[in-house]
Amino acid sequence: MSAPPRTPSPLLGPLRQTGRLFTLAAEVCRAAFRRPFQFREFIEQFWFVASVTILPAALVSIPFGAVIALQVGSLTQQLGAQSFTGGASVLAVIQQASPLIVALLISGAGGSAICADLGSRKIREELDALEVMGISPVQRLVVPRVLATMLVAVLLNGLVSVVGTLGGYFFNVIMQDGTPGAYLSSFSALAQLPDLWISELKALIFGFIAGVVAAYRGLNPRGGPKGVGDAVNQSVVITFLLLFFVNTVMTGLYLQIVPPKGG
Amino acid sequence: MGIEVVVEGLTKSFGKQEIWQDVSLTLPAGEVSVMLGPSGTGKTVFLKSLIGLLKPDRGRVLIDGVDMAGGAERDIYETRKLFGLMFQDGALFGSMTLFDNVAFPLREHTRKKESEIRRIVMERMEVVGLLGAEGKLPGEISGGMRKRAGLARALVLDPQIILIDEPDSGLDPVRTALLSQLLIDLNAEFDATMLIVTHNLDIASTVPDNMGMLYLRRLVTFGPREVLLTSEEPVVAQFLNGRREGPIGMTEEKDSATLAREAADGFASAPLPPLAPQLEPSPGLGPRRAAERRRRRVLTLLDQLPPAARAEIRKAYGATAPGRSDAEQATLTPPPPLPTRRSGT
Ligand SMILES: Nc1ncnc2c1ncn2[C@@H]1O[C@H](COP(=O)(O)OP(=O)(O)OP(=O)(O)O)[C@@H](O)[C@H]1O
Ligand SMILES: [Mg+2]
Repeated sequence: MSAPPRTPSPLLGPLRQTGRLFTLAAEVCRAAFRRPFQFREFIEQFWFVASVTILPAALVSIPFGAVIALQVGSLTQQLGAQSFTGGASVLAVIQQASPLIVALLISGAGGSAICADLGSRKIREELDALEVMGISPVQRLVVPRVLATMLVAVLLNGLVSVVGTLGGYFFNVIMQDGTPGAYLSSFSALAQLPDLWISELKALIFGFIAGVVAAYRGLNPRGGPKGVGDAVNQSVVITFLLLFFVNTVMTGLYLQIVPPKGG
Repeated sequence: MGIEVVVEGLTKSFGKQEIWQDVSLTLPAGEVSVMLGPSGTGKTVFLKSLIGLLKPDRGRVLIDGVDMAGGAERDIYETRKLFGLMFQDGALFGSMTLFDNVAFPLREHTRKKESEIRRIVMERMEVVGLLGAEGKLPGEISGGMRKRAGLARALVLDPQIILIDEPDSGLDPVRTALLSQLLIDLNAEFDATMLIVTHNLDIASTVPDNMGMLYLRRLVTFGPREVLLTSEEPVVAQFLNGRREGPIGMTEEKDSATLAREAADGFASAPLPPLAPQLEPSPGLGPRRAAERRRRRVLTLLDQLPPAARAEIRKAYGATAPGRSDAEQATLTPPPPLPTRRSGT
C-alpha cells in the first residue's frame, strides 16, 4: 500500500508484486484465526458467490461431461477398450474438468465481483476509514471473502462432478450404445477414493487462490475508477494463469504419489 | 486530556514526485491547530501520514511513544483507536445507512447496548444537523451532508486526537460559521488535540491556537496563531488575505517575470487586516482547558517570536512581560469573553 521507493528497476516490478501477493496470502491465513470472526460477512459472501456460480456451473458441466464421454468413448473404441470408457471419462471429469470449471467460474464470476467491490471501496476511501478505526480490512473483508470462495469452490466441485458424471453416463449409454453395467464396473475398476479427495483439494486451493488474487488486485487499484476496471480484468487473467499452473503441478504430484488402481 | 503529537523530519514522495520534506512540528496536547496550504501541497497526505495510512519515506510521528510512521503494526492499530479522522470526501461506507455508519465504531469497539448506541448516534447526528437523514444511504445525500456525517462518525468514540480534512468544503457560509463554533465547542468539551486542514480564512483566523502552512514541498512555519496572522512572509500574507498578488500562482509557483512585475507594482506593502479574536466556547461549556495551558506555553515562547506576534499575544493576554513567575501569571485576568455565536445545531 505504501509507495515504492524511487527508481524501481523494471525487472523487480513483477517480483515485488508476487512478493506482495504472497504477503497478503500469509496475512489472510493469519487473520483467519483472529477473533472476532466476521460470520455475517462470510455468510453473505458465500451466498453471493454461490448464487452467481451455481447455475452456470451446472449448465457448463453437462456439455463438458458429454464432450469428454464422447471423446474418450471414441478413443477407447478405436483401441478396443470400450469396457473402460466409463472409468476413464469419469476420472477425467472428476480430476481435471471439474476443478477447472470451478476455477473458471469462481474467478470469472465470484473473483471479479470481489475485486470490483474491494476496488471501489478502496477508491472511496472506505478501506482507509476502516484502518483509521483500527480495523484491519484484511481481517474484516478479505478473510470472509476468501473463505467463502473456498467453501463455494469445494461444494461447486462436488456439484460439477456429479452433474458431469451423469452427463457422461447419459451420453455414453444412450448415444454410444455403451452398457450401464460396463460403465459402472469399469468405474470401480479404475477409480479410487483418493481421486475424489484430490479433486476436492484442488477445488479448495483454487478457491483460495482465486479469492486472494481478487482481493489483492482489488486492494491495490491504480488511480481511480478506471484502475478498478483494469484491476478486475487483471485479477481474472492472473487467476487463470495461476490456476492452470497449480493444476499441472498438483496433477503431476498426485500421479507420482498415489499409485493408480487398475495396474 | 488530549495527547501531544510530535512530528520529526517527515519526508514523503510518490515515486519521483516529492510531496514535502523534513516537516517537523508538535501539536500541543489539547490545542487546536490549523494547517493551511494551497491546493495540492500535500495536506491530505500529511494527515494520512500522521495516522499511519501512508508511510513517509523518512521521519517519525510520535504519539504516546508509538511511531505511527514506522512502528509495529499492532501498536499502530491500537493507537488509531485514539483518533477520529474526518476524510475530505466523508469516506462513508456506501452500503450502510448514515445511522449504521455513525454507529459502526461503537458497534466495533464497545459493548454498548443497541439502545445506548441509538442514543449516542442520534445525539451526534443532531450536533452535525443531520437529524431526520439517518435512514439515508451515502449515495442519496449531498456532499456537505456526507462531510457532516463523516464528522459525526469521527467523533462518536470521543477521540483524543481529531484530524479534520477541509471541514468547510461543500458547506455554505452559515454552516461554516456554525461549524467553526462546533469545533471550538468540541475542544472545550473533550479537550482533544485537533488538527484542521482548511483553505477557509474564517476558520483559520478564528478557530485555532496554532497555525502552520505547507508550501512548495516544505513547512513554511508552524506556531501560535498570532505568528502566522501577523506574518510578513509573502506566501503567508498572500494566502491569509486571498490575494492574487504574491508568490502563489495557479501552478503553486509563479514564474519570475510575473513576480517581478508584481514587485514593481508594490504588492508587498498592502497592509494586513487587524487580527480577529479567537472564538470562545458556547456559554455553559466553561473555558477550554487548553486555553490556560496554551497561555503558559506561549508566554514562555514570547522571546523567540517576531515583534508583531509578540505584541498581539501581549494584547490578548494582558501586558505580561516575559519571565514573570507562574504565580503572577495565574492572577492575570483571562481574556475578555467574546460575543459568542450561536452554538451549532
Ligand atoms: N496515493 C497517491 N499516489 C500518488 N500521488 C498522490 C497520492 N495521493 C496524493 N498524491 C499526490 O500528492 C499531492 C498532494 O495531494 P493532497 O491530496 O495531499 O493535496 P491537498 O493539499 O490535500 O490538496 P487539496 O487542498 O486540494 O485537498 C498531489 O500532487 C497528488 O497528486
Ligand atoms: Mg486534500
